[in-house]
Amino acid sequence: MESIELRRIHKSFGALHVLRGASVRVEAGTSGVVMGGSGSGKSVLIKHIVGLLKPDEGEVFIGDTRVDTLDGDDLDRVRLSIGYLFQSGALFDSMDVAENMAFFMERHTDLTPAEQRDRTEELLSWVDLADKLHAQPAELSGGQRKRIALARALVLEPSIMLYDEPTTGLDPISVRSVSELIVRLREERGLTSVAITHDLLCAEIIADSVHFLSEGCIVASGTLDDVKRSDHPAVVPFFESTDTTGS
Amino acid sequence: MPSDARPSVLTRAFAEIGLCSEFIVTFFLRFWRRPFEGRELLRQMDDVGSKSFLLTGVTGFAIGIVLAMQSRGTLMRFGAEAVLPSMLALSVVKEIGPVITSLVLAGRLGAGMGAEIGSMRVTEQIEALEVAALKPYHYLVVTRVLACFFMFPILTLWTDAIALVGGYLESILASGMDYRIYFSTAFESLRFSDVLIDTGKTSIFGLIVGLVSCYLGYSVRGGTREVGRAAMKAVVMSSLLILIADVIIVRISLVLFGSL
Repeated sequence: MESIELRRIHKSFGALHVLRGASVRVEAGTSGVVMGGSGSGKSVLIKHIVGLLKPDEGEVFIGDTRVDTLDGDDLDRVRLSIGYLFQSGALFDSMDVAENMAFFMERHTDLTPAEQRDRTEELLSWVDLADKLHAQPAELSGGQRKRIALARALVLEPSIMLYDEPTTGLDPISVRSVSELIVRLREERGLTSVAITHDLLCAEIIADSVHFLSEGCIVASGTLDDVKRSDHPAVVPFFESTDTTGS
Repeated sequence: MPSDARPSVLTRAFAEIGLCSEFIVTFFLRFWRRPFEGRELLRQMDDVGSKSFLLTGVTGFAIGIVLAMQSRGTLMRFGAEAVLPSMLALSVVKEIGPVITSLVLAGRLGAGMGAEIGSMRVTEQIEALEVAALKPYHYLVVTRVLACFFMFPILTLWTDAIALVGGYLESILASGMDYRIYFSTAFESLRFSDVLIDTGKTSIFGLIVGLVSCYLGYSVRGGTREVGRAAMKAVVMSSLLILIADVIIVRISLVLFGSL
């Protein structure tokens, strides 16, 4: 298990300065949640952890390994220890569920087809979707797609999980179901995880620590209650509006 | 403020050309390096090839019949009806077959590749490949471009053959020409170098269609509207570049091999 740390990350896209010195530390074996409004740069921040984006300034560490300077095979080795649940699920829509699951195992493991099938069935049972083995992604509901994508992210047995808006667009029951799977992952497998979300229910269920991102900076950190008590002008209206809408 | 000003059309055009050139150079630097996605290459060759046989076959048949019908009257006026098979063979094999086949394939494959890769981009499937330490460029681009490179000449030969059969059917109906006379006259007029060069140039057309379509799909940013635009641009750009490349290749081959 390894900690994750982003130090003073700056990132611009042309004239748009998205991150302005954001720093986040998530201890090994815990779940850190980055919250913030739409367009605050949460997705940009999490993509730095896995090297999908390189910071203009700042450093990214996984354990003692500095990730932002890695490239090629070195970066690939780090990536293989990370599972990533994308906002859209990112299931390959030209393949059925079984092929989606097998795709990464075929390329990165020495498992026989029978062993791959066993692992696929085990993970699909774990997300309670064993009957969807041969379903096409288009036939799945939003919640099912997220759970299958979560199962796929686990096929290479990562030690770190990243979740990009894991519950966006889901009904409250699916939000609870996906969030509880994330908690189980941490408890059963001891994974270090970082989730970005603006979903308060999800954060309440999964967060050990919360970091609030506004205008490219982390403006409040701590437990969810600590952050809720913050009097920062960006944080107060965020929690007031989510309490009002009951989300 | 200058920093907020949108770049000019010229700046954007140069930026686009630069990005496209980088994409093409990347292909030539990477296609012969690991990882080799052999199974995906075969799947793409099947997709490009076998699924286009009917389309290109119908195209070839129509070309052969129409060309024979259109030419017969003119040739009869000069008492040259007997050269119809030669004329058909030369025009089909040297120019009409390769170009029409490539344009038809640009329509089918350009739109398909642009839209498929573009939608993979906007639904984060390409990022999912990257995060899993795979090489999306190899998996998505190299396989598709090579499939076009290999399959375009094969489909062109198929189209040429069907066009000659179409021309023969027209000849039977119009003049009852014997098939031995028709095909021996047709093939006698062709040299091996005609077939080799003029069919071989469709490999370059295949590279154009594959690279342009994959580039436009790969560089999609935004949503589904951009995917549609990428598909449309892939067809238009591929078709235009095929025609331009044809002019250049024909000119070069005339300089190198003469006009006979």
